[in-house]
Amino acid sequence: MKIGKERKPLESKVDMTPMIDIVFQLLVFFIMTFKIVTMEGDFKVKMPIATTQDNKMDEVFPTVLHVKIAAGDTGGVAQVEVDTDGDNLQTFTNDWPGNLTAYVENVVAAVEGDPSTAQDTEVEFDIDFSLRYLHTVKAIESVSGIIQPDRSIKKLIEKIKFKSKSRD
Amino acid sequence: MGRKRKIKSGELLEADLTPMIDVTFQLIAFFMFLINFSEVDRAEEILLPSSQLAKPPTEIAKYQILMNLEPGGKVKFEGQSIEQIQFMTPIFRQEIDAAKREGVNADEISVIIRAHEDTPTGLVQELISVCQESELESFSLRVKEEIN
Repeated sequence: MKIGKERKPLESKVDMTPMIDIVFQLLVFFIMTFKIVTMEGDFKVKMPIATTQDNKMDEVFPTVLHVKIAAGDTGGVAQVEVDTDGDNLQTFTNDWPGNLTAYVENVVAAVEGDPSTAQDTEVEFDIDFSLRYLHTVKAIESVSGIIQPDRSIKKLIEKIKFKSKSRD
Repeated sequence: MGRKRKIKSGELLEADLTPMIDVTFQLIAFFMFLINFSEVDRAEEILLPSSQLAKPPTEIAKYQILMNLEPGGKVKFEGQSIEQIQFMTPIFRQEIDAAKREGVNADEISVIIRAHEDTPTGLVQELISVCQESELESFSLRVKEEIN
C-alpha cells in the first residue's frame, strides 16, 4: 500500500552563469593580448677599446680581413673595400653582398683549406658613421656564411670586430 | 516510439553547456601556453633588420642587458626612455651591481642591442663604447630571423 505521493529524485542544479562569465572574460583577455612573436637571432661582435693602452681583449688572429664600407648621402652603401692583411685589395659597388661573400669564401678556403673550420680568421669592419644599420647587418651576414641550395648554412667567419670610430 | 514532450508555458528550456565549456577551457589553455610575458622588453616600434643566418641563441646568458636603440639615438631600456647614449652609464653601473649580487661578473654580462634598421651604425658603435667604459665586454646584435 502506498503511503503518500512518490517523490521524484532531487536534482541539484548549479548556476553556471558566473563561471561562464569569468571564463569568457579570461578568453577575451588572452585573445586580446596574444600576438605572434617573430623569432630573433644574434650576431656576436666585439670592438676594441680605443682608450685602453694594453688592449687586453684584443685576440691576435693570423689572418684578418679588413672591410671598409663607405656610406652614401642617404646612408646607403656607396662602396665596399676589402683586403686580406693589406693585400689583395678589391672594391665592390654593385652586388656588393654577393661579391663580398665570394671574396671571403675564397680567402677562407685558401688560408685554411676547409671553409667549415674558419677559426683563425677574423673580419674587421670599418664602417662610416652614417651607414644605415640595415646594411651593416647585411655585411655581417655576407661574411658569416652562405645559404646553400639545399637550405643548409655553410659557415664562413664568425669572429667579427668593429673598428673604433668617432663621429664624422 | 518516442514522443516529443510538450514544453509547457513558463518552463525553462535548458541547453547542455558541457561541450561549449570544454571548448572554451581548451581555448584558454591554448592562449595561456602561448602567451609570453618575457617579451615586454621588446619595443614594438623598433624594426629590426632581418637575416637568414641569425639563429636564436642556444645558451642562456647568466645575466643579460637588452637595449633598444632608435634611429635618433634614444635608448629604451626596461620601460625607460633615455635621450642620449651617454646617459646610459649610471644604468650600466646599477645593472653591474645587480649582476654582482647574483654572482655574475661584468665581463660575463651579455649585452644585447636591438637597433632599428635605419639607425646610423655609428650610434650602435657609440653604444658599445659606452658599455665598454662600464667594463662590459660581450655584445650581440639582435636581428629578425628571416625564414625562407
